[in-house]
Amino acid sequence: MNEHLLEVDNLFIEFHTRDGVSKVINGVSYHLNAGETLAVLGESGSGKSVTAQAIMGILDMPPGKITRGRILYRGRDLLTMSKEERRKVRGEEIAMVFQDALSSLNPVFTVGNQISETLRKRKGMSKADAMKRAVELMDQVKIPGAKERVKDYPHQFSGGMRQRVMIAMSLAMDPKVLIADEPTTALDVTVQAQIMDLLAELRRDLNMAMILITHDLGVVADVADRIAVMYAGRIVEHADVHALYKNPAHPYTKGLLESIPRLDAKGTELATIKGLPPNLLRPPTGCAFHPRCKYAQDICVTTTPPLLDLGGGRTSACHFAKELLDGRI
Amino acid sequence: MFRYIVRRLLQGVLTFFGATFVVYCLMFAGGGDPIQALAGEKPVTAQQRAALTEQFHLDDNFFARYLYFLKDFFTGNLKSYTGRDVFENVGSALQLTGKIALIAIIFTIVVGVTLGIVAALRRGGIFDTSSLILTLVVIGIPSIVLAPLAQYLFGIQWKIFPVNYTFEKPFVSLILPGLVLGTLSLATAMRLTRASFFDNLRADYVRTATSKGLTRFRVVGVHVLRNSLIPIITFLGVELGNLMGGAIITEGVFNIPGIGGQLYKAIGLDDGPTVITFVSLLVVIYIVANLVVDLLYAVLDPRIRYE
Repeated sequence: MNEHLLEVDNLFIEFHTRDGVSKVINGVSYHLNAGETLAVLGESGSGKSVTAQAIMGILDMPPGKITRGRILYRGRDLLTMSKEERRKVRGEEIAMVFQDALSSLNPVFTVGNQISETLRKRKGMSKADAMKRAVELMDQVKIPGAKERVKDYPHQFSGGMRQRVMIAMSLAMDPKVLIADEPTTALDVTVQAQIMDLLAELRRDLNMAMILITHDLGVVADVADRIAVMYAGRIVEHADVHALYKNPAHPYTKGLLESIPRLDAKGTELATIKGLPPNLLRPPTGCAFHPRCKYAQDICVTTTPPLLDLGGGRTSACHFAKELLDGRI
Repeated sequence: MFRYIVRRLLQGVLTFFGATFVVYCLMFAGGGDPIQALAGEKPVTAQQRAALTEQFHLDDNFFARYLYFLKDFFTGNLKSYTGRDVFENVGSALQLTGKIALIAIIFTIVVGVTLGIVAALRRGGIFDTSSLILTLVVIGIPSIVLAPLAQYLFGIQWKIFPVNYTFEKPFVSLILPGLVLGTLSLATAMRLTRASFFDNLRADYVRTATSKGLTRFRVVGVHVLRNSLIPIITFLGVELGNLMGGAIITEGVFNIPGIGGQLYKAIGLDDGPTVITFVSLLVVIYIVANLVVDLLYAVLDPRIRYE
């Protein structure tokens, strides 16, 4: 078995709430190789962010609890490391960009201070050198007038520029893996495209690996190499990006693709997936997607589908994955 | 910024005149006979009465007397009905009350803020719960109970501190009253610190700081602390203004001739000039303290700008 750069192996996470135990992650496995981009796709509550937080070690525990599984970085299990070792992995090996840059940046420190903080505190750079490097990083993420703006505060930037600051900050320690947790959700559509282009460019130039977490299928097509689709705390489909777009092997993925508005389907009503994501305090029996699935049969209600290997690195957690792929249903 | 300060100071001037006028009205409306109050139980001769009436313009009309007051106030010639220079009393009283306020505020910061931080970091633990109950009890005890109790325990029973304020030990004898005053704001400071700290501990930027691989000490000690301090410093600034106003009961119990104590005595004597002077000074202290707090707020939180 060849070693992956990062591997999530059979991860289980529960949240202990007042109303009971919510099984948020139920046996998630995925991997990331050096220099590639994996998109993790799913709607709110599917567990995509929680998995990322578990990788970063910033999951709130309690109420969260990792009950099973391993997270391997270069073959070492992050979950069994000492706190101090784990801290050193953060930022330097694996860095993260968060969704809402305004609340994710500290309001009372200048952006230059925040970008250069790790350089000063972890690499022992002098204040002047670290600030110079902060300006370079801001240039690299294409913030106009970086030199003048390095002493500005987060609230003085526009949403898109703030997200660029966030990205510059995550790049400060030259991480090998960048986790971008819905980096464009809080932004205008035009700005979204710019940020995605920037991330793709940086990943290429810096030869990082990237996990891109999103609920927007449209965002990932140009950027990702592979896609893992999550539903109710499990991976339901995993495939090469082109294969997945061309021919989804899970009804949920199919539903997501059909619900993208298309220019060539003008005048027809937009397809939607009916119903709501399940309450994970009381998950449905069998396949978690069966109450919303138009192909659901009796077996879907009684038996949880295993993750079927369809060949070519492609997997799907559907009893009828082969039929779906062949166009038989 | 400069224009803002000027505007605030001009507002302060208006507030000052408004407040002194209101207090003047109240003293005037209170009636009473300051000359008889001066003499106590003894009879006052017609001659003495006429002289004092003349000296203090007691027969003039209300507005004339207010103007006389303003003139004397600003030229520093204001005399109390006892004939003493009002400002002489004010100086020593301010010093005393200032010292007590300083002791109280330092006690509040060192103990209250520290305990609040510890409680927030160990939220739901035994320390947090017990300190919450304790502060609730302390907030519930009025100073009329707390001051004599402290005096009895620390002064009489355990003899740790002097029982009363004495000139021979001007600092040591102020410690206990300072602590008593501090205890009252300490409880509030602790709860405020705890709430503010706890809110900030859960903020998104803390998650970001952690994911940068900073030590827990730096995340809490720099990122969280700096943000949590904003409401705490605001509270402490206003509280310092309150404490400078003097604590009538605490100063009374410990027999301290500070602002609270002297003001109380002057009210009892119907000593209009002294009362109004003290109140006017308190108004000035409040105006300045509030302005400083507001300016400090802009320094601490870059999102706030004044123009």
